[in-house]
Amino acid sequence: MLAFIIRRFIGMIAVLFAVSVMVFIVFVLIPGGDPAERMAGKNPTPENIVNIREKWGFDKPIYVQYVRMMQKAANGFLPGKHGEYDILSSFQNRQNVAAEIKKGIPATFSLCIGAAIIWLFFGTVVGVFSAVTAGKVSDRLITTLALIGISMPVFWLGIVLRYFLAEKPNNPPFPDGEYVPLTVDPVQWAYHLILPWFCLSILFIGFYGRVLRSNMLDVMNEDYVRTARAKGIAPRRVILKHVLRNSLIPIVSLFGLDFAAVLGGGAILTETVFSLKGVGWYAAQSVGDLDLPPIMGVTLYGAFFIVVFSALVDFLYAFLDPRIRPT
Amino acid sequence: MAEPATELSLDSAALLAAEEHEVAIVGRSPWYLAWRRLRRNYIALVALAVFFLIVLACMLAPVYAHYVAHTGPNETHVDETVIVSGHPKPVISGGATYDPKTNTFDTSQSLIILGPTLWHANGRFVLGADNLGRDVAVRLLYGGLNSLKIGIGSALICTSIAVLLALLAGFFGGWVDWIVTRFFDLIWAFPVLLLAIALGSALSINGFHHFGIAIEPGSLWIPTLVISYVLIPYVGRPLRGQILSLREKEFIEAAVGQGAGPIRIMFSDLLPNVISTILVFFTLIIATNILTEAGLSFLGAGVRLPDPSWGNLIATGQDQIVTAPWIALIPGIAIVLTVLSLNIFGDGLRDALDPRAKVRIEH
Repeated sequence: MLAFIIRRFIGMIAVLFAVSVMVFIVFVLIPGGDPAERMAGKNPTPENIVNIREKWGFDKPIYVQYVRMMQKAANGFLPGKHGEYDILSSFQNRQNVAAEIKKGIPATFSLCIGAAIIWLFFGTVVGVFSAVTAGKVSDRLITTLALIGISMPVFWLGIVLRYFLAEKPNNPPFPDGEYVPLTVDPVQWAYHLILPWFCLSILFIGFYGRVLRSNMLDVMNEDYVRTARAKGIAPRRVILKHVLRNSLIPIVSLFGLDFAAVLGGGAILTETVFSLKGVGWYAAQSVGDLDLPPIMGVTLYGAFFIVVFSALVDFLYAFLDPRIRPT
Repeated sequence: MAEPATELSLDSAALLAAEEHEVAIVGRSPWYLAWRRLRRNYIALVALAVFFLIVLACMLAPVYAHYVAHTGPNETHVDETVIVSGHPKPVISGGATYDPKTNTFDTSQSLIILGPTLWHANGRFVLGADNLGRDVAVRLLYGGLNSLKIGIGSALICTSIAVLLALLAGFFGGWVDWIVTRFFDLIWAFPVLLLAIALGSALSINGFHHFGIAIEPGSLWIPTLVISYVLIPYVGRPLRGQILSLREKEFIEAAVGQGAGPIRIMFSDLLPNVISTILVFFTLIIATNILTEAGLSFLGAGVRLPDPSWGNLIATGQDQIVTAPWIALIPGIAIVLTVLSLNIFGDGLRDALDPRAKVRIEH
């Protein structure tokens, strides 16, 4: 077990390093030209450009540039005052990227945790229901709906939901826009998040329902299920205790990755459509101006989140399921 | 399933069948059998037909624009009037002010945009106008053409690269496999859309001018290549697993024994055995790519305005959703129809090619 943890931990560090190198390549090497000029913003003064080139090491070898960039990206997260050139800051308004990401975390987490609960619950219900009634009309209907769910662009669904439920002139049932912090008013917090929660969940409900349905149909053909039935155990108990439990294993690892991805900024479309000022929204705001540092910051944040989270899931998994440990 | 009492060989089975029904047993290829299964799946065939109809309609965009709508995708008709059922109606009216210098509107006062005229205006503005007085139907078709080009093009590139990497990793194993899987892990570590946005924006600054390749900032190649790149592991990973298990089979050992080289084993022994999986993946990845392109263009990092694509058409319509809902709703419906038809056909294709297949694309 200890050897597994150490090996997995080293693997995690290696992937994190590779991720940071790739982000560096994307933002400094691919665009070409002088990065200092880009970084100096809209109306740069020559001293400004020289300063940036000096501080960021753009006149030095590439590995120096890489190390300095990562230092500056990390600096922003540390408390205390930072000089203008010591942190990763936006081209447009020179805000500290790390601080802005931190500001977005409550909204992103509120959105994702709520949505995850909804999609796990309804995904399971949909999967179990259609597996139990496989081949019947209800199963056909549910699988068709699930297929439509995964074929819809999430941002379009958000716009449609807003149009019909939040923006129609005559007393729409749901409020539009603006995240209300949980600490300010829990009721308004939930009320404002209902539409985004469902919008983000729909795709996952359809997808998880489909995966669970086919897993359950496979498990139902196993010998031990037949044995359980033959012993006279009630059908409901066979489905819930014998079939569902074993069909949920692949769902758990799927959920680990998906949940990490949405927390790490993968909910960018939902956040943008509902103007939830989360981490993904922050990156999306910068796309129009080609303001690279916020996008770079959020990409790094998202990737780090996924890598660390999936390592944690692996540890948990190894702890729960001994068969996985030796790998 | 009832098992026969005596053991049947293929020859004796053929003899028995011939005696009983006086019909000859014909050897049929797996492809024919798959086609026979697919032929019976009417829903999948209808889905395929819908997809081809959409492709055909989008390819006819210039014809529609020229002969029916009499306008181009980027032509504005802000101060014109259109005769709808005999009554002249302005394309854009209301309190908004238009600034010809920046080609924008001050929409602080509500803007009244001509809605869908359907067949009442001689083919003009069939699906209404947008906020700049452009014909939504024309932009929908041209946008579809761009979205489909990117979706299908990136599916081709993505699948080819993924297949090549999976073949190399699966055949050589060892350090080649190690490098390829680490590469998959690396891309896998990013949220798909964030990585795509990062690449899309970085490439939009100066385009791409490395390794003798020159791509200009506004080119359709940027979203195409970005989407192909970020989705490589989604196709490559399951394929690699399949090839890895095929590699251990006896027929590969036999090929090695006959003295076949790596290239021949990879392309004439391994590849034909995974071609059905590749076909299914290819269909499903087009659907995924069209959705990714839509998201990317919606955020402004894919197809850049004024060039239309289904994603940025929705983005344009988002601000007018209350006053002119058709601008955003119609391209969305087009995306749902296209992606749904591909998903249904892909499912049918998988059932036909390998009824017991378990591989699927993870979203």
